Order: sequence, then C-alpha cells, then structure tokens
Amino acid sequence: MYLFKYVLKRIGLMLMTFFIITTICFVLVKMLPSLPAEQFGKDMALIMQRRELLGYNLPIMQQYARFWKYAFQGNFGISEVLYIGQDVWKVFVQKLPYTVAVNVYSILVSIPLGIGLGILAALKKNTWIDHFISTSVMIVVSVPSFIYAFLVQYILYFKLGWASATMDTSMGAFSWIGFKSMIPAILSMSFGTIAGFARYTRAELIEVLTSEFMLLARTKGLTKAQATIRHAMRNAMVPIFPMILGEFIYIMSGSLIIEQMFSIPGVGKLYVSSIQASPPDYNFFMLLSSFYTLIGLAAGIVIDISYSIIDPRIRMGAK
Amino acid sequence: MNEKDYQNIPEEKFRLANRTDKHDQKFDTKAVGYFGDAWNRFRKNKSSVVAACVIRILVLYAIIGPYCCNADYKAAYATDNTIMRYQYLLPKIKALEGTGIWDGTQVISVSENRYYRLLGQQEETGNKIIVDIVDKYTKDDIFRGRQTFYKLRIDSYGSCSAFEVTMTYAQYEQLQKWQDENNMQVIMPRTNVDIIGGDKNVWFQCDRKGNPVFDRNGNFISSYVQEGEDGYFSKMRLESDPYNKGDKTNAYRYAQRTGTAETGYNYVVRVNAYKYFQYRYGFEPSFIFGTDTHGYDIFSRLASGARFSFILAILVSVVNLSIGAVYGAIEGYYGGTIDLIMERISDILSGIPFMVVTVLFNLHLSGKVGTIPSLIYAFILTGWIGMASRVRMQFYRFKNQEYVLAARTLGASDWSIMFKHIFPNSLGTIITGSVMVIPGVIFEETSLTYLGIINLDSPVMSSVGSMLANGQSIMTAYPHIMMFPALFIALLEISFNLFGNGLRDAFNPSLRGTED
Repeated sequence: MYLFKYVLKRIGLMLMTFFIITTICFVLVKMLPSLPAEQFGKDMALIMQRRELLGYNLPIMQQYARFWKYAFQGNFGISEVLYIGQDVWKVFVQKLPYTVAVNVYSILVSIPLGIGLGILAALKKNTWIDHFISTSVMIVVSVPSFIYAFLVQYILYFKLGWASATMDTSMGAFSWIGFKSMIPAILSMSFGTIAGFARYTRAELIEVLTSEFMLLARTKGLTKAQATIRHAMRNAMVPIFPMILGEFIYIMSGSLIIEQMFSIPGVGKLYVSSIQASPPDYNFFMLLSSFYTLIGLAAGIVIDISYSIIDPRIRMGAK
Repeated sequence: MNEKDYQNIPEEKFRLANRTDKHDQKFDTKAVGYFGDAWNRFRKNKSSVVAACVIRILVLYAIIGPYCCNADYKAAYATDNTIMRYQYLLPKIKALEGTGIWDGTQVISVSENRYYRLLGQQEETGNKIIVDIVDKYTKDDIFRGRQTFYKLRIDSYGSCSAFEVTMTYAQYEQLQKWQDENNMQVIMPRTNVDIIGGDKNVWFQCDRKGNPVFDRNGNFISSYVQEGEDGYFSKMRLESDPYNKGDKTNAYRYAQRTGTAETGYNYVVRVNAYKYFQYRYGFEPSFIFGTDTHGYDIFSRLASGARFSFILAILVSVVNLSIGAVYGAIEGYYGGTIDLIMERISDILSGIPFMVVTVLFNLHLSGKVGTIPSLIYAFILTGWIGMASRVRMQFYRFKNQEYVLAARTLGASDWSIMFKHIFPNSLGTIITGSVMVIPGVIFEETSLTYLGIINLDSPVMSSVGSMLANGQSIMTAYPHIMMFPALFIALLEISFNLFGNGLRDAFNPSLRGTED
C-alpha cells in the first residue's frame, strides 16, 4: 500500500514534468522560422492554404491545444519535410525496430560479459587478473564510443574484411542478415557498457565480500563458491539490477552517433534531422520529443521503484 | 579591603600553584591543512599524477600548438587555393627520414601503368617518389587478362608533383628570380594538353590507354610544348631543353599567357609542387601530423580545436559551478517547499533532451550572438544541474552539524552560514565535480561537431569533432587524418578520468589520515 501510494505520487509528478517539457519544446520549435523556401515548381499559394488549414497561423497556445487534442486520438499528424505526406507515427514505428535491435543485441552481449568480468576481478582482487581488468576497464570507460566505432570499422571492415561497414536493411531489423551487418555497431556500443558494468560490479562485490555476514557464511561451513553465489552475489545485485533495468528501458533511445556511423535507419537520426530541417518537421519533432522525454522520466521511476522491490530495506521516499 | 570583593584582586595575591613550568608540548611536525592533506594523498596515487602530467602536456599543446604552423602557410588557408594541392600528406618527422616509420611514406599497391607514370614523374621532378619496391605480383583478370601490380613504398611529399598556377607577370618574374637565386627548377615546361584526364604530372607521351610510350632506349618521350622563345619563359631551363643546344625555335614553352592587353595578362605556369611550396612558404614541406583533406596542417589545426575545447570546457565548468553552487546551497540549506519547487525546476530542465537544447539554441541564437556563444548557453542551461544536486547533498549533510548551530547562535546570517561555514566543507566534492565536468563537456562538444549539428569549421579554427568527421570518409587510404584527433580525445578523456578519480580519493574525508 505504501509503495502503491509512492508510485502514484511519482507518476503524477512525472506527468506534470512531462507536460511542461513538451510545452517548452512545442513553443520553442514553433518560434523558429517556419516558412519553406520559395522554389521553382512550388506552389506557394497552395502551401499557404494548407498551412492555414493545419492551423499554423493560429496563436501558438491554440496550436498546442490542437496538438494534444489530435494526439489523444492517436493522430500525430503527417510529415511535412522529411517524409512528405506520410503518417509520422507509421514512419516512427518502422524505424524503432532498428534502434531496438542494435541496443538489444548490444545489451545481451555486454551485460553478462560486464558482470562476469566484474565478478572475476573482485574474486581475484589484487592479483594480476584484477589489475589487468581494472586498468582496461578504466581506459575503456573513458574513451568515447565513437572512437571504438572508428577502430571497429577500420579493423573489422577495412583491414580484415570480416564485416560490412554499414547496415544491410534489406531483410529488416531482426533478420540474420541484419544482425550480421550490425555486428560492428553492436561491438562498438558494447565496449562502454561492458566496462561500466564490470567496474560497478567489482566495486559492489568487493564491498560485500568484506562484510561480516560473509565471514559468518564461511564460518557456518559454506564453501567459498556457495557463500559467494548465495550471499555475496545477491547482495551485490541490489544496485546492479536497477542498472540493468535502466539499460533495457534506454534501448529505445539509441545512440545517435552509432546510428549515424553505421547507417542504421533508427529513430535517433530521425530526431536530429527533423529539427535541423528547414522548416522543422514539427510533427516528427513533437512525437520524438514526447517519446524521449517519456522514456527518460519513466526510466527514473522504474529504477527507483525497483530498488525497493529488490531490497525491502530500502523504502523510497521515506522521511 | 573587603574580603568578598572578587572583582579587583590585586596581582600580588596570586601565586603559582606549581613552580615547575607546565607547557603544552610543542608540535614538532608542521600542521597539515585541508588542501595539504589532499595533496599528500593525491601525490601517492601514481596513475593520477601521470594523468595530471598528461593533461598538462595536452594543455600546453593546446596553448602552443596553434602557433606551431608556419605563419605564411596558415595565412594561405583563407586566401590561397593552392594549399589544396598539399592535401593528404602523411605525417613526417624530418629526423626519421628513410626509416619507414613516421617519414611521410606509405606502402600501396599500384597497377603497372601507375608505376610507370610515377617513374616518369620522378624523372621529371627529381623528387624521390618511389622509395622502395616492396613486391611485384600478377593477378588474372577476366576482362583484362594478366595484370602486373607493384607494391611500392611511396613518399607522399614527393608524389604531389606538378600543378598549374595562374599569376601576374610580376609574380612570374619574382618566381624566376627566386629560382635563379636558389638554383631550383620550380617552373616546368608546359605539356600538350590533350593528355588523359588533364593530369599535369604527365609530361611524357602515352598511348590511348594511358600507358607511357618508351623510345628504343627505354626512356620516356617528352611531350613538352616546343614553340620556341616568345618573351615570357623561364631563364632557368631543363637539361633536355633544345634551347641549351642553341635550337631556339624548338625550345620549350614555360608559361602560357591568357587574357588581353586591356584586362592585363595572366600567366598560367606549371610548377613543381614540392619546390613551389618552398618558394611560396619558405620551408621544405614536412608536417609532423600530416595534412588533411583540405591541405590544412593537422598539428596546428588540432591544437586550435583542442584550445577551443579547453576554453569552452573551463568556461562552462566555472559558470556551472557558480550557478550550481548557489542554487544547490539554497535548495539544501532551506529545504522544505523551496527545495521541492527548485528540484522540480531542475527536473524539468534536465528532462529536455540535450540534443534538442543545442539544436534549438543554435537555430534561435546563433544568428544573433554567433555559434560559439549559443553553444555556451546551451551547455549552461542544463549543465549546472549536476553540480546543484551535488552541492545540495553536501548541504543536507552539513546543515545540522554543531558548528552550524554555533554560528547561528552567534548571530551569523543565513548567507554567511551557507558560504562561510558550510560551503568550504563541501569544497572537495565541488572541485572534484567541476574537474569531472570538463571531460564531459569536451565529449559533448566533440559529438556535436562530429555529427555536424554545430559547425565551427573555418580557415582559422576547427574542432576535434569536425576533424574526425573530415577524416572518416577516407579512413582506408589516409587513417592519419582521423587518428590524431581520435588519439587526442581518447588520451584526454582517459587522463581526465584518472585525474578526477585521484582528486575524489584525495578529497574523500573518510580516507583522511588512514594511510599514514
């Protein structure tokens, strides 16, 4: 009951924040110069008429009200600049699988590897294995992901010729061909995540391993492996599990740079081009802004709540 | 005198209770202050010290580097399009010449045709282009039959050989004068223009496929324009020029006059690129990091990008530190409703995706205040939130401690409690935080310029991100264009992270005095 109340409160606050952010985005993007450039073969009168009908000449707040009215009916409008005449929601749904695919593959590779390396380093603390893992993790965590992308592209594609440089989208996102052509992108995204998880797991596990209940576990006769798996791991997972959950929520947001470098037709690229187009593609921009904002806010709540579910000692929002 | 008068007891009535002198033992050791203690702990962390040294070198590079390029060459970025001829030069250190490492050479595979043309180029210019023939092999091709290929070590500086420059007569004369003084053949005779592709390097006769034609002795047959003396040719001549033997009617033509008498004549001159460089810029071409796709010197250009990144990062971190500190202090100190409202505001600001903030600021403001200020505003708009929450945590930790109560009892104002009493205690966290902000800002800036969302490229400056983007498309043939910016950013991020970790441990009060 207590948790339920807390969740309700958080969701209420989230909706309020969400609403304010989308309002800011809408007002800011509407303040940009919006007239398309005159071109030979463009019927400006027709364009003006369409804009009049779409309500672009109304005051901004009235337009905003219209936006929500239609959005609640599931109509996010049509694209005006990037995919002229197409329903933005449909384009968005077409592109989302690519973003999700890259991220899911990357997570599936990197979380077990990262946690495994972290456990290994923690168990072999202060041996050469630990030093090696910790040092490489330190380096890998610091280097930006696009540097790996360069390296992976250069080595795997140009030097060895094992993988393709860009993604093959002919068979869709979750096909074997798609996966194969995505390998460089997946690899370059994974490095940072692996290192992040390894570092975090090592720090957590080392702290748990030195605590007193571990001594008790060994004293009552458990072997080191039993004690580690049954006691140390479970306690170390308390802060790690929300991290994993967060990763899974963020799979939808994707990495802009990786998408750009490996020509993955995902939503990240769409977002930037929607706002950089002139005039900006309002409907895409609003849809994607709402989407990203919602994901960011929801992730915060889910992570917070998962803390209190996984560890009853933690009572979120308690005074 | 009243015995009960305790107010004015005369001095002589006092007597020492114990005649042996009692003093506090004097401290033999020097007192270690807060920063001294942190410094002691920081010094013991070897990796952080190394990282600090690396950062110092990088900063020094960013300060000095932009001036390391020859001033004439740099001035030519904006005005002279001939620098395009010196694009893709490989990194070269003079001292390593001939070693095969970092000497401007590269092993590439070329077809037989290209091999002979390079030989021809080498013969004409006298530059050493083919340093070494590594391998010769044949390959069967379905359409063209057996083909011969050569694996050559090629000097990139020699292989940018000849191009045409249009100049006025005064410039032409000046060039000739320089030529005579330095005894270097810069001006090359004009060639017949119908040679394939308009390649100005081809001075010999070729067949229709572009293969050089040889005479009976296996020498190239020249195809220079031989129209004799006409008043504007070079005083210095090639050895093979018939003029040297007194044959004036068949002498090589060294320039072509264009334009009319009214508009003034221009002279199109074919020049030896390597020597023309020396004439034009006054030094032998040698770039320690090579040149990029536009012919810009990578060493100084990267340094200018680095300087921009550092200035931006430091500026942003200082401003964010000040805003965040005040905001977080107010939040943390007053708490309650004020805290709740202020937290919501920062929640909302941090909820707006950063990419949107930058793009919108760029579109709205860059026309009015310029690209760089609008970028700074974008960083400041949401950048202080992290600092504010850090300061807020510190204030929550310290505000109920006894010394704060004591200060309040003595009548200190809220403001002086916040910034005189609590703030210095959270200084360590704040310093660490602001150091960690720097690599973050540089990373964001690099990503933005790499994606082309912010474009700072101009002849006078560049950014690390746009240099990366510049090199990416030709990564296969010229990896050096991308490698140096990538190396710089990687080194910078690693060392800042190590340095930040060291600082965090040094300022961590729980580690204080544990290692002595």
